Amino acid sequence: MSHPTRVISRLDIKGPNLVKGLQFEGNRVLGTAQQFSEIYYHEGADELIYQDVVASLYKRNSLKEIVQKTSETMAIPLTVAGGIRSIEDINDLLRAGADKVAINTAAVSDPNFLSEAARIFGSQCIVLSIESYRQQNGRCEVWTDYGREVSNFETVEWAKRAEELGVGEILLTSINNEGMGNGFDVEIVEAVSSSVSVPVIACGGAGKPEHFKEVVIEGKADAVAAASIFHYHYCRPVNQPTMSYSSADLRMGAQIDSGNIEFLNEGYGGEDGLMVEPCSMSEIKGFLNNNGVETRIT
Amino acid sequence: MLTIVDYGVGNLFNIQKAFQSLGSDVRISNNPEEIVNSERLLLPGVGSYEAGITALKENGIDEVVREFADSGRPMMGICLGMQLMLSASEENGDWPGLDLIEGRVVRFTEPAQTGEPYKIPQIGWNSISKPESLDVNWKNSVLESLDTEDTAYVYFLHSYYVIPEDAGCVLAETNYGRDTFCSVLMKDNLVGCQFHPERSGKVGLGILKSFINH
Repeated sequence: MSHPTRVISRLDIKGPNLVKGLQFEGNRVLGTAQQFSEIYYHEGADELIYQDVVASLYKRNSLKEIVQKTSETMAIPLTVAGGIRSIEDINDLLRAGADKVAINTAAVSDPNFLSEAARIFGSQCIVLSIESYRQQNGRCEVWTDYGREVSNFETVEWAKRAEELGVGEILLTSINNEGMGNGFDVEIVEAVSSSVSVPVIACGGAGKPEHFKEVVIEGKADAVAAASIFHYHYCRPVNQPTMSYSSADLRMGAQIDSGNIEFLNEGYGGEDGLMVEPCSMSEIKGFLNNNGVETRIT
Repeated sequence: MLTIVDYGVGNLFNIQKAFQSLGSDVRISNNPEEIVNSERLLLPGVGSYEAGITALKENGIDEVVREFADSGRPMMGICLGMQLMLSASEENGDWPGLDLIEGRVVRFTEPAQTGEPYKIPQIGWNSISKPESLDVNWKNSVLESLDTEDTAYVYFLHSYYVIPEDAGCVLAETNYGRDTFCSVLMKDNLVGCQFHPERSGKVGLGILKSFINH
């Protein structure tokens, strides 16, 4: 008996802002995280992932406030990632309203942190986040600190070990494919998903509807997370003629006054400059439902 | 006043926020007096059965929860909170529960080697429906807000599920992997949801609303 595959919006967050880059570099501001979250909730996202992109810089997760706001107004599962280093950090975020926390750097430096966290909070809320980089020779290695530091862990081995340590889920992001819009790294997703018995969320590379289908059917992903393909559908720079979201005069970046806001102001030539074919949540879910992958339609 | 039982496990904050968004008068408490004198009681819970029942007993809260359940006033258990209402669980050994409803808690059947693969825990949205073999009416139950013609999706996060001794207690069931399991349980004044209504969008909020309006 089949069950619906989750389609997840991933939001990379800096301060109050939603940002997006390519391969974790060159982040541009697209709007506020709060506005985008509300849109995704109402558009039928199955879950949200908040990634604090400056957490490793400041050595802490700074999303507590926005997590609290989100969980006050939205009845949707929320996973928080970035800079989670201690049991206290996890406790803080769960108390603020997160359902799950995703841990990368702290787990690589001390794998026992995962088992301790799973013992205290339960496996169901401890997610291992793997930022995986595929070398030219094909080996996939685990990176930390939002794609800044390399470790000597191999991706599949690390996933298997983390499952033994008690994580309840794995968020697998391909650094090579991230933001590029040319599809997921189906091979590594399949390798990890077939090696563990906990669910695997595939992330990084979604550029068109077919990519979602590929990574579920061939990659055996249990859930799919995407950012650009959705963000650029709901965000239109100020001088672009088309606004896809229903409140037509809403300029997503109206409250933004810091960071790299050139895209919002200038548009860099609009959609021609994008690496993805922007799609709405319902377009993606509808496509999957018509192609043998069940999703939740709201 | 609705009281959410605080026994040190579970994400009480989200449940509280969900009820507040429905305009409900809600408090989080571990005070026996407050618990037993509530109009309605909500037993939350995530994590392992062992940790859950141990925490309940440590503070003597198990006794007041039993007392409340006997009072006939409405009580709802969510996820582990639902499982704790049963007699026992096989999670990591054999753990006795509150025994408010006769039955046990078992783990999902592992995927067959040649069959369709699936993962344990179940994490994600799945549908709930009326049990096929039983003549169940959702009217005047916590599920009365659901349009029975459509598929209602709710959010699950679990590896174990309940089997009540009396199949008549099954208000809704769900398929996952090789199992069809009880996703909503009802016995007199007691209700249990295996999924998280507080995280299940409008469908879930509708269920919570029915609970506070009954």
